[in-house]
Amino acid sequence: MKCPLTEHIRPGEAPLALEAYEKKGGYSAARKAVGKMAPEQITSMVTDSHLRGRGGAGFPTGQKWSFVPMEKEVHRRKYLVVNADEMEPATFKDRLLLEGNPHQLIEGILLSAYAVQADIAYIFLRRAYVTAAQRLAQAIAEAYDSSYLGSNILGSGFNLELHLHSSAGRYICGEETALLNALEGRRATPRSKPPFPPVVGLWGKPTVTNNVETICNIPHIVNHGADWFRRLSRTPNGGTKIYGVSGRVKRPGAWELPMGTTIREIFEERAGGMQEGYRFRGLLPGGGSTDFLIKEHLDVQMDFDTVQKAGSRMGTGTMVILDDHTCPVGLVLNLIRFFAQESCGWCTPCREGLSWMARILSAIEAGQGESADLEKLQRHTGLLGMGNTYCAHAPGAMEPLQSALKYFKEDFNRHIQEKRCPWR
Amino acid sequence: MVTIHINDKPFKIKEGQNLLHAGLSLGFDIPYFCWHPAMGSVGACRQCAVKQFKDEKDSKGRIVMACMTPAEDGTRISIDDPEVLEFRKSVIEWLMLNHPHDCPVCDEGGECHLQDMTVMTGHTYREHRFKKRTYRNQYLGPFIHHEMNRCIQCYRCVRFYRNVAGGRDFNALACHDHIYFGRHREGTLDNPYSGNLVEICPTGVFTDKTFKEHYTRKWDLQTAPSICVHCGLGCNTIAGERYGVLRRIRNRYHHHVNGYFLCDRGRYGYEFVNSENRIRRPLQRMKRTDHPAPVSAKTALKAAAASMIENRRIIGIGSPRASLEANFMLQQLAGTENFYAGVSDAHLQQIRTAVAAPGQGPIRIPTLQEAAQSDAVFILGEDLPNTAPLLALNLRRMVDSKAVQMAEDLQIHGWNDAAVRAVAQDTKGTMCIASPKDTLLDDIAMLTYRAAPDDLARLGFAVAAALDPAAPKVESLSEDEKTAVEKISRMLKNTDRPLIVSGTACGCRSVMEAAANVAYALASPNRTAGLLYVVPECNSLGMGLMETAGGLETAFESLDSRGAAAVVILENDLYRRVDAEQVDRFLDAVPQVIVLDHLFNRTVNQADLVFPAATFAEAIGTLVNIEGRAQRFFQIFPTPPEITASWRCLRDLMITAKRTDADFWHSFDAVVSAMAASKPVFSRISITAPGEHFHMRDGKIPRQSFRYSGRTAIGTNISVHEPKPVEDTESPLAFSMEGYNGFPPPSLIPRFWRPGWNSVQALNKFQSEIGGPLRGGDPGLRLMETDPDIKAVYFTEIPAQRTLSNNQYHLVALYHVFGSEELSILSPGIAERTPDPYLALSPKDAAALDLTEGDRAGISLDGMHVKLPVRIMPGLFNTVTGLPAGLPGIPVVQLPTEVAVEKEKTE
Repeated sequence: MKCPLTEHIRPGEAPLALEAYEKKGGYSAARKAVGKMAPEQITSMVTDSHLRGRGGAGFPTGQKWSFVPMEKEVHRRKYLVVNADEMEPATFKDRLLLEGNPHQLIEGILLSAYAVQADIAYIFLRRAYVTAAQRLAQAIAEAYDSSYLGSNILGSGFNLELHLHSSAGRYICGEETALLNALEGRRATPRSKPPFPPVVGLWGKPTVTNNVETICNIPHIVNHGADWFRRLSRTPNGGTKIYGVSGRVKRPGAWELPMGTTIREIFEERAGGMQEGYRFRGLLPGGGSTDFLIKEHLDVQMDFDTVQKAGSRMGTGTMVILDDHTCPVGLVLNLIRFFAQESCGWCTPCREGLSWMARILSAIEAGQGESADLEKLQRHTGLLGMGNTYCAHAPGAMEPLQSALKYFKEDFNRHIQEKRCPWR
Repeated sequence: MVTIHINDKPFKIKEGQNLLHAGLSLGFDIPYFCWHPAMGSVGACRQCAVKQFKDEKDSKGRIVMACMTPAEDGTRISIDDPEVLEFRKSVIEWLMLNHPHDCPVCDEGGECHLQDMTVMTGHTYREHRFKKRTYRNQYLGPFIHHEMNRCIQCYRCVRFYRNVAGGRDFNALACHDHIYFGRHREGTLDNPYSGNLVEICPTGVFTDKTFKEHYTRKWDLQTAPSICVHCGLGCNTIAGERYGVLRRIRNRYHHHVNGYFLCDRGRYGYEFVNSENRIRRPLQRMKRTDHPAPVSAKTALKAAAASMIENRRIIGIGSPRASLEANFMLQQLAGTENFYAGVSDAHLQQIRTAVAAPGQGPIRIPTLQEAAQSDAVFILGEDLPNTAPLLALNLRRMVDSKAVQMAEDLQIHGWNDAAVRAVAQDTKGTMCIASPKDTLLDDIAMLTYRAAPDDLARLGFAVAAALDPAAPKVESLSEDEKTAVEKISRMLKNTDRPLIVSGTACGCRSVMEAAANVAYALASPNRTAGLLYVVPECNSLGMGLMETAGGLETAFESLDSRGAAAVVILENDLYRRVDAEQVDRFLDAVPQVIVLDHLFNRTVNQADLVFPAATFAEAIGTLVNIEGRAQRFFQIFPTPPEITASWRCLRDLMITAKRTDADFWHSFDAVVSAMAASKPVFSRISITAPGEHFHMRDGKIPRQSFRYSGRTAIGTNISVHEPKPVEDTESPLAFSMEGYNGFPPPSLIPRFWRPGWNSVQALNKFQSEIGGPLRGGDPGLRLMETDPDIKAVYFTEIPAQRTLSNNQYHLVALYHVFGSEELSILSPGIAERTPDPYLALSPKDAAALDLTEGDRAGISLDGMHVKLPVRIMPGLFNTVTGLPAGLPGIPVVQLPTEVAVEKEKTE
């Protein structure tokens, strides 16, 4: 099985330094493309590869790049921003890539920036990723020293400045436009869309924002071609995917597997299934802001379209398993409290609605729930839906709640009737 | 025009609007909070949700925010779809989770947009059973009271303060459901437009602190349309009174003048009306050594008339802060040949330049609103945020217009405020500010240039010459000056709507003439430049339009040469105008000094006879603003009979003196008509506002709302007999609750109120379209006509370079929005914001003189010696020293001039 992204990552060991990375074939894609291929050629290659954004929304990467205006004289400045603000609950796949192989990311940045002709790139890094920050800083310095960054890269005439920016630490900064505002030194509130960042982005200039895992795929697409990349996958969404599993499973962890591997395969074969004494009740397939799936969904293939059909989202592809020893109300409360806390406070439904829901859930969990509470929770899953709020934050927060109300209704009822949490 | 369908009915509307704007313009009630017509849409509050349908067949539709959705051709929406009604109700429910529901003790109660919207959406029962969030409030200075618990986080305040007003010391702080709007730490809000937060805030977070001192519900205020008297811009206001006390000033929307906003001087300067220093009785003194004693009006009039027998010469001294009518009556009383403008000769010359220059070349005089639409602005010699605050605020908007243009080029709607700002970032305005000192507008200007006044004039003349070879050339420019001229002329050259702003602040006529030359030089077959002169007082320009025999020095000289029986000084403290010694000499020499004014001042104290003059709030009159717009202000409340409008007092004086022409001026309208006949420029002045006989279907327009409470109880502490309501014989307004409550002609709108719209937002209903003119056209009459085809007659008197001898500095007046104006400084809040007297020096000059901040230094001038603490101003041009203009304790100096500065020796 091919694992291009993680092939050179050795858990517990330091990442490859530049020389070692080069020895393993690193920067060969950069040598092949920068200055030698037309930027548009790379974009069309990425489009053909069917690479979809790995940040959670799954937007086709090549298509995103194609929105960037390429007329040289009109847009003298463009930016590439790497979204490394990995704060989705239970998600740690970007961390693996950032800490495990920073040069792979830098090579991807170089190629992506070249494709959209951006001459300044930022890595917007989660505040808590201190190790990643150290390793990235080290790798960036090496790349500058070896002319993979800076001016006239590989003699191509192409220039790229790469800055590492450690975030001040807000979940909403993972939202593309809030990230841009934060990077500009403004309040991290999402921006109005349209205009979309490829046209009006950082400091008002065309900007491409991609997730770490997305960018890390680029060198391999350039090296091996779009066909090869598509064939890595078991479904029409190209490539491999880093899947993760956490919860009371035998072997929690992350694995690079073909896109479209079934949940059962990941959960039972890779993670080893449930620990002794625990029963499977459900799972959040791709982080805290995705709908619960249950036993009947175990054979669903993990890719963007299939999971959506099953009523959830693949999101970041890192799943959380709910077992029978854990209170689902408590789990949802924990998530909603987090999302309420992380609301940027810009629009009313999210700012006020989420915190109200958190208070209701908290009351239910504490045995002070009222029978009307469930109706209120249910009503809010609709009121805080997409389109009613300014961005996708609150709708995302409603996903675990609405599906919990569907699959674990009885547990909510027991809390209210028994006036206590049955798990305590 | 495009067609949109609202609730299945088609409407034709202008293209390019959003659905909220369009819906409100069509008269629909759509609730909203974060949207503001002057600030565009940001989609934060989610209150204006409507249902949008793809086409006729679509019955499901989807919820969209009206403010964020373009009203394109064929757009179909429903405002009253059940799902959307439910959602809008929920938005109020969310906003109310933490709101304290303290309406009975809230100053906003009864004129609260949140109350109105709550009623409109139908949210009633509270289902939130948890604790409310609370905040600590901040002290924000003398103008604004802060009550954060009431906040519904609409973000209007911070958007106004930072984006519109350019303030920096106020922000949105913290996050999630704990957003806080305030300063990083307690303290006075810096920005001179902070008072608008009171009207911008849809609920009671920011309320008027001065109003709180004498609080009254909106419905209990007696209100009438008024004009701000604290600078020359003529902002429209609504003044409110109860129990004989002027309670507050609010914005009265005028599309072309002040729009939605006022400055803090205008909003908070009103308290002089209630001052303990008011003159409330006529006063007389028999000998100059006596103290003046109260006398009856009759006695006072008789004593004054005694000087007027046998055609004896009376000197009349008018005032740039008195109404046209008052000045006109004094002109009639004294005769034009004896009627003097109440300003120095030099200042009169400058005002006359402001009146004459626009007629001398192909320019246009823009309104303030049009000024904001300029695509290039050259400000010569004015510190606009301090001399014409609202003009400065409007010019800030020119950057927004530029941003909108940039956004529209990217197919982004101009009303999509956040998107426009994302595109524009920190784009600067195509603006150059040339002045002796930095200004608060510098942050948006592409170019700034510092020089002494005469050099500014030379710069202006040179720019004109660079733009048009026919304009007079300036000799011996320095290299720096040449570069500046090149840059400025390049900036102005290829623009469509350039604007030149100058004024009297430099005290230098050449600066104003240079500005005119630049405007003339910009004329081309498809372009006429705008030219605006800033003048300091509410009727400076009106004074300039009147026939006068000269300024004060000329008046003083005329006493020596021709003698006089008396001088009548109209609403004017001469000691603020010219050198005190000159005034003393003049007043000593005149046999009888008659003064009409509101408040005691140095001139009043020298008078033999004093008449208590009604203020703007107690009289009717007309003022002319800087664009030459005559505007009528109306009496807000009746006064005791001793206090009369100056025009009426002067009329009574003429009757008492048995002047044969006096009978003619039996009413205010008659005075206005006589003035119309007196000079062609005033020929149409009668149509400034409807006259006394005008009335609506149901009679006069009431100054009191129909909810006005306690009408029969007011005054029962004095007498239980209900007095007959005072009749207003001068205007179409009535001191009453009864009368016409619909849409009066725009110049007569006493308050903005419609059923269901109790807050200032009721204004929507009074506009022909949202953000556009008032229904029936904006009030006022423009008196000054310009001709775009006239051939320019360039000014040619270019000042020579002034050489400074050793230790000499160019002296300039530094204006302060708080402090430089005579009446507003009597409001405690304004007084608190007024700086202490100082002498300003640049850091370099101060260092050369071995002076540090707070050291005392002296200046000598014409034998006069003043000692003041030094203030070091980094933005002040080297070789220039400044005195704060108009502050108490600062001597009157005729500018431009040079002075020696010396460090005071410490013993």
